Amino acid sequence: MTESGPGGPIVRARGLRKVYGKGEGLARAVDDVDLEVAPGEALAIMGPSGCGKSTLLHLLGGLDRASAGELWLAGRRVDRLSERGLAQFRRHDVGFVFQAFHLMDELTAQENVELPALLAGRSPRHARRRARQLLDQVGLSERAVHLPSALSGGQRQRVAIARALANEPRIVLADEPTGNLDSAATLELLRLFDGLHAAGLTLVVVTHDERIAATADRTISMRDGAFVDETRLVGGTSGNLGDLAGMGG
Amino acid sequence: MQQEAVLAMLAKEPSSGSRLRARLNDALGPLGEAVNDGQIYVTLSRLERAGFIARRETGAPEAGRKVYELTAAGQERVAEWFAEVSWPKPDLAEFHLKLVAAAQAGLADPIGIVDAQRRELIRRLREVERAAMAEPGGSPAGLLLEGIVLRLQADLRWLEACERAWMDRRKR
Repeated sequence: MTESGPGGPIVRARGLRKVYGKGEGLARAVDDVDLEVAPGEALAIMGPSGCGKSTLLHLLGGLDRASAGELWLAGRRVDRLSERGLAQFRRHDVGFVFQAFHLMDELTAQENVELPALLAGRSPRHARRRARQLLDQVGLSERAVHLPSALSGGQRQRVAIARALANEPRIVLADEPTGNLDSAATLELLRLFDGLHAAGLTLVVVTHDERIAATADRTISMRDGAFVDETRLVGGTSGNLGDLAGMGG
Repeated sequence: MQQEAVLAMLAKEPSSGSRLRARLNDALGPLGEAVNDGQIYVTLSRLERAGFIARRETGAPEAGRKVYELTAAGQERVAEWFAEVSWPKPDLAEFHLKLVAAAQAGLADPIGIVDAQRRELIRRLREVERAAMAEPGGSPAGLLLEGIVLRLQADLRWLEACERAWMDRRKR
């Protein structure tokens, strides 16, 4: 069943639920969530730790299976895929970015970025070319032969973003991408996301970093597994920057 | 803006009003727009009346005819200013009392007040973040914008604490 064809939402979730344990110990990590993400949208899902936002992201990316509910990605039903189908979905349709980067320590930046294309069966030549192009895009061409241990946190996260883009995913899912970054590296990452967003990338970030929420198109607040509030931020500057620096008057 | 800040920006060398303006713009980036020329000239004439700066004609047309330079008293005032420890104080007590009073009088919901405040701070954060993203790396103005971002984040963290505390109170 394809309810949303081209022009429809990239992500469509209906009654998505994830429960752990049973009986008295039953915990609803994700509780009856409905969600639509438009193509090219940058969405931030915020909430305290333990609110279920990471679990939700894992469900959206096919890293975990929902206990109930329906999930479509680009018009394709995901929740009914076989294990094999799901693995393929993760490889081709989704790019992941994690708080702890999850790079392979023994591979160079370039090799880390090549990996997803190789795993998807692309030729080494294609993988190499794509990786170079992506490292250039994230501003790290000069660090291509470095191991992750020789890179700063911000640089590692940019390698991870390049890797997430390797197979031209339909959507990038990021879990606390700025969690291990200092303020300057966070700004770099926001710039990078902003550029990718402007180029049409669809992005869902779960975070408790307000700086990401502030630059997203839309922010959803999550508590106890459910959505409790939604804010749409549009437009650029309107107020007076000077006032914010205490320069008024 | 504080008089002393303008005075100190003249300490490097005698400068015309427009040179001073350019130096402020460089340091403040997009925030420089908040300082209008009128303000600068008013401040300069105050500093002149106070005897901290003196005006001198140069005759060199390209740099502007008049330059302002620090007097001995001006030098001294700048040195004092550098040694002073001052910091802008955020008025948290007012907001705190708003929450307390709202809850006590039952006229407004403290959580609703916190939510509204949070939305406003996120809006401001967006504005500053946009300006910071547009700033080239290593610019002095970028550092100022980073300071504003970090302060807004601290305020947002406090709002989180307010929300938790008022939620707990409501449950009791």
